[in-house]
Amino acid sequence: MHAPDGFLNAGTAVATGAVSVGTIGVALRQTREVLKEKQIPLAGIAAAFIFAAQMFNFPVAAGTTGHLLGGALAAILLGPHMGSIVVTIVVVVQALVFADGGLSALGYNVLNMAIVPAYGGYALYRLFRRVVPKTGGGVVTATGLAALGSVVLSAMAFSIQWLFGATAPVSFAEVFTAMVGVHFLIGIGEGVISAMAVGAVLASRADLVYGASDLDRAQLADSRKVPIRTFAIVGLLAALFFGAVVSQFAVDNPDGLERVAIDTGFVESEEDHALGNSIFADYATEGLENESLSLAIAGISGTLITLAVGWGIFAAVRERKPKQPASV
Amino acid sequence: MNLALEVRDLEFSYPDGRQALGGVDLAIETGTRVAVLGPNGAGKTTLALHLNGILRGSGVVTVGGLELNDDNLNEIRRRVGIVFQDANDQLFMPTVGEDVAFGPANLGLRGAELEARVEAALGEVDATELAQRPPHHLSGGEKRSAAIATALAMEPQILVLDEPTSGLDPLGRRELVQTLQGLDLTLLVITHDLPFALELCQRSIIVDRGTVVAEGPTAEILANDALLQQHRLEMPFGFNGSALGDRSTGS
Amino acid sequence: MGTGHAHALYVHEHSPIHHLPPQVKIAGAVAFIFSVAITPREAMWAFAIYAVAIAALVRISKVGFGFLLTRLIGVLPFIAFAFLIPFIASGEQVDVLGISVSRDGLWASWNIIAKATIGASTSIVLAGTTEVPDLLAGMNRLRVPTLFTSIAGFMIRYLGLIVDEIGRMRTAMTSRGYDPRWLWQAKPIAASAGAMFIRSYERGERVHDAMVARGYQGEMPELRRRDPSVQEWLTAAALPALGITVMVIAMVAT
Ligand SMILES: Nc1ncnc2c1ncn2[C@@H]1O[C@H](COP(=O)(O)OP(=O)(O)O)[C@@H](O)[C@H]1O
Ligand SMILES: [Mg+2]
Repeated sequence: MHAPDGFLNAGTAVATGAVSVGTIGVALRQTREVLKEKQIPLAGIAAAFIFAAQMFNFPVAAGTTGHLLGGALAAILLGPHMGSIVVTIVVVVQALVFADGGLSALGYNVLNMAIVPAYGGYALYRLFRRVVPKTGGGVVTATGLAALGSVVLSAMAFSIQWLFGATAPVSFAEVFTAMVGVHFLIGIGEGVISAMAVGAVLASRADLVYGASDLDRAQLADSRKVPIRTFAIVGLLAALFFGAVVSQFAVDNPDGLERVAIDTGFVESEEDHALGNSIFADYATEGLENESLSLAIAGISGTLITLAVGWGIFAAVRERKPKQPASV
Repeated sequence: MNLALEVRDLEFSYPDGRQALGGVDLAIETGTRVAVLGPNGAGKTTLALHLNGILRGSGVVTVGGLELNDDNLNEIRRRVGIVFQDANDQLFMPTVGEDVAFGPANLGLRGAELEARVEAALGEVDATELAQRPPHHLSGGEKRSAAIATALAMEPQILVLDEPTSGLDPLGRRELVQTLQGLDLTLLVITHDLPFALELCQRSIIVDRGTVVAEGPTAEILANDALLQQHRLEMPFGFNGSALGDRSTGS
Repeated sequence: MGTGHAHALYVHEHSPIHHLPPQVKIAGAVAFIFSVAITPREAMWAFAIYAVAIAALVRISKVGFGFLLTRLIGVLPFIAFAFLIPFIASGEQVDVLGISVSRDGLWASWNIIAKATIGASTSIVLAGTTEVPDLLAGMNRLRVPTLFTSIAGFMIRYLGLIVDEIGRMRTAMTSRGYDPRWLWQAKPIAASAGAMFIRSYERGERVHDAMVARGYQGEMPELRRRDPSVQEWLTAAALPALGITVMVIAMVAT
């Protein structure tokens, strides 16, 4: 997903750049004291870990392989601020040092690969934690679902940027369907691997899992009450089913969603389209009957992403309590 | 008697509750080379980390007459150089030269003064040619030399080395002995490598379960089979420990 | 079980571009890439000029055309996608070699391929002529927070070590006959990732100890600072100046 230069138009590149710089600026300020004390080398080596994790493949099916993106995993292990900083550094260094991803595309690459998955993934993690038991098994389950969700959020974020910055005659609806569909599949691998990795850390150094710092030893040790695998598989299937239904709905039955959109006031009425059109890329809103539908999906997704990221940041700010350093 | 280092009744537990040091007493004379022997998990590394205040337990640590406290940490850290077990932990900058400059730069040195310091420290370990090299492709011996130079650049009074022979081939080990013998410093050498201790250090102490359990001339300590066995230490096959009793050690 | 590329693109050479201070190179490259990104796709002549400029850059910097081409492989997936666009895109159809494709799609495809290739080539020359620590020091001079660049420095330093360690874990697993084909067989891989995280964390603590032992108080000393002369700024400005001029003419002309 390291988009090259010129993939989205320059305006979108600049706008996403501003959002990314602003968000990472906040994250750096929030973590400044902790980082100064002790965690600069730690954050750097954690970044190297995420970088390395992105380079190594795991099996997906019948010998095909995938690799980790790591945004949600980083946020759950290190905390959302530090997680997003670490993954941002990975993305920036990949572009600057390895020419992997365009320099002018850094704005949206950082947003989609670091900020949205880390903060959004962490918000989902907190959300899922509310419905799973307060145990080690619960942490693992929530990690898997959040990691899956983070990848889907990231695909949605890209689709929305396409709406504003499309450079090719492929409509938003098509991009959205393809991106979200594919990333539901990618997300399953992401979820399973992230969950098992967090489980492995919990088993030997639970104190290193930021997202589990609210649990005490007894709760952490209690992993048997959740049939993790069943839970994860059921969760994944549900997510997959949901994804398939939504995308089918979007493709085959645009009127239905549009109906919903209009009824809920998301889209005023078809006549108003001309107003908003100027800020959208022409390509992305092709076809009149598709247009309001596209805007509705984009609006709902955009709201979801903003809520998730905003909540992730909020949770991070509220939870911020420096971990006990083992040494001065 | 002029003491380079004195430790009295040092106790320390890690945050998880494990007691690593249970009342360590230690006195090292200026200019001597002392080996710290002991099995894995004895608390040797934990002790080393106390000598310049990276860890702070209860008890007293005095370096060259200065008792370690919150206000003189910087001075103590200048006086006590530590060479960590894994040289990769100590070489974190892009090049060896920058790694060696890191300490003195933290002391405020800049420009020509800093360069001279780096040059001198690398010279002491015969590694001037490594200055521009990135650390990750150095050999084990080169890494060890570079790591020692990073500590020497602080111009310490005492150098503490944590298992310096680990990961060295026989030749690297030989060169290390020579390098260390050439240093005009008080040395505290943590090691498992008993022949190495014998070659380098006049005196040895044995640490086990967080306390000092024996102390004396290295040859005498190593000649005491029962003592070694009791603390899971062993001379390599072929060495006759008990024949050491009358051999003079060090140089 | 590929390890990807853990090695930076730096090409050890002596060229005028190698010797420029990093901050002017980064600023120049980014400004140039943005002007390329803004250039209207219809102005094919503009992209021809950019391509010539890149060729000159490769020549002067001595990074080599072979090197450039092999490293451009990184953008291939997107170029492959770009090639598909004319077939999946809507709009007026034209015949190319007897196949009906979207005219607009062809333009879009050209647009992405041209800009991605020129952008990536510029990045490759930048990374090929600037050592990684200098790139970070340059970012620092361009007001990227020290916190950010210090973390990046540690990342680069320890990346190779971690990749090697993971490689060894993999070898150990493979040599015991572990050959996973399905996702649910990936548990050992995830477990080793977890173990790797713990080791990384513990290394981070030890490195911090080693820093503190040498007087570190939270601020990395700036050892690579190099302030560029006006002359050097002007030299590095040549590329973006060309880019911006061409881009503006192209905008006006189309
Ligand atoms: N960071 C730590 N947290 C908790 N326990 C530790 C830590 N480091 C060491 N220990 C424990 O303290 C004891 C002493 O360790 P250490 O000083 O490393 O021994 P040595 O260097 O002699 O092998 C051991 O039991 C070890 O498990
Ligand atoms: Mg030790």
